Amino acid sequence: MGMMRRHTDRSYEAELAALREKVARMGARVEGAVATATRAIVQRDAAMAESVRVEDRLVNRLEVEIDEDCRRILALRQPAGSDLRFITTALKIVVDLERIGDLAANIAGRAIELAEAPPLLSPPDVGRLSELVQAQLSRAMRAFVDSDVALAEEVKGEDDLVDALYMKLFNQLLGLMMEDSRNIRRLTALMFVAKHLERAGDHATNVAEMAIYLARGTDVRHPRSRA
Amino acid sequence: MDETVRMAVRGLSAFHRGTAVLHNVTLDVRDRSVLAVIGPSGCGKSTFLRCLNRMHELAPGASVTGEILLDGRDIHGPGVDPVALRRRVGMVFQRPNPFPTMSIFENVAAGLRLNRMAGDLDAVVERALRAAALWDEVKDRLRGSPGSLSGGQQQRLCIARALAVEPEVLLMDEPASALDPIASARVEDLVHELKARYTVVIVTHNMQQAARVSDSTAFFYLGRLVEHSPTAELFTNPREERTEEYVTGRFG
Repeated sequence: MGMMRRHTDRSYEAELAALREKVARMGARVEGAVATATRAIVQRDAAMAESVRVEDRLVNRLEVEIDEDCRRILALRQPAGSDLRFITTALKIVVDLERIGDLAANIAGRAIELAEAPPLLSPPDVGRLSELVQAQLSRAMRAFVDSDVALAEEVKGEDDLVDALYMKLFNQLLGLMMEDSRNIRRLTALMFVAKHLERAGDHATNVAEMAIYLARGTDVRHPRSRA
Repeated sequence: MDETVRMAVRGLSAFHRGTAVLHNVTLDVRDRSVLAVIGPSGCGKSTFLRCLNRMHELAPGASVTGEILLDGRDIHGPGVDPVALRRRVGMVFQRPNPFPTMSIFENVAAGLRLNRMAGDLDAVVERALRAAALWDEVKDRLRGSPGSLSGGQQQRLCIARALAVEPEVLLMDEPASALDPIASARVEDLVHELKARYTVVIVTHNMQQAARVSDSTAFFYLGRLVEHSPTAELFTNPREERTEEYVTGRFG
């Protein structure tokens, strides 16, 4: 699609470009929020965690703005073809991005809780899972912005890695809880963090699936629900 | 042959003084469906339409090659009378063109008289005017002049005139382009109703109109059929890049 001609109406071209840029910006923001929230966990930094919650309000505002932009373009431009698919996927992708933003805010909430409690002696590493999810999201967004089917397919495949790492972390946390019941509250907080990261990965996978639909015009979601 | 196909176009080329204006077009028009034909000016869409009832060949220096089958029979075959063909394949034009010196009633009856069709004229005229969704607006002034009607009403009168001879296929060349949005919506609504009994082929410059009224859409460019797809598909996920460029407004 990168090779395609420009719209004859340049103001329409500019509106679509601005929308594309805004969705990309929202993706970058929630990716940053996940990174910051995880760092706040690892570094036991409550102030850093608080900044994620502020960031979440900006992300929510972006979602509303993008919704409005999409509605305006639908009403005034009657988009067709790949433009129509772009608008309808943008409307869906922002929902996933907004959810990832909420999950990052939840992780930040746990970071504040953990920062206020005494440190665990050997905390399991949630950083690796977080990096995997951030990379997944960043690549899914690139696939969406560039209409890159191959990249989107790759990202979709990466979800198994995220799930496997989450299960490993889950079992590790369970083991630590059984070792010393005094750590259960703090380890449960980390359990939630891991679960939030795993869910964020699912939303990134949704973004990748929408990128495939945008580029190909075929829906790859729920393969078994169709005849 | 598939009996749901009303008209089958096979390798149709059209020429004007030796120059090809339509190249090797093949497509099926399904029975009781609406086919929209879109494309930029000069793409051959009107020529294509005029080939379907052999009006193209009326112009000096015009000719066609290839086949057009109506109910499986070649419309250029020996023994096919073009006038009789045009009764079966009616046409409505861009500008409403009622006969100005005839009454509303006579306008609708004109085709019947021309084709020497017998029957209860009053009943046929009423049926045609009802089918064209005009009856209620003109039933009290059937002897009046069509000049007193609005542009939209005149266009529906022309549709009634075309329907009076009970065609199988109705060709419409930009039937709403000279009308305001409300009159235009009336004609579009009418097209939806006509589909129950007739096969409609409509040429339009207005892509949204094509999207609204048709079951399938054919996109022509430089005299060639680029793509013929179900309308919902052509406007959301066209197969051809040329089509994509045209429907999204990336053209010229």
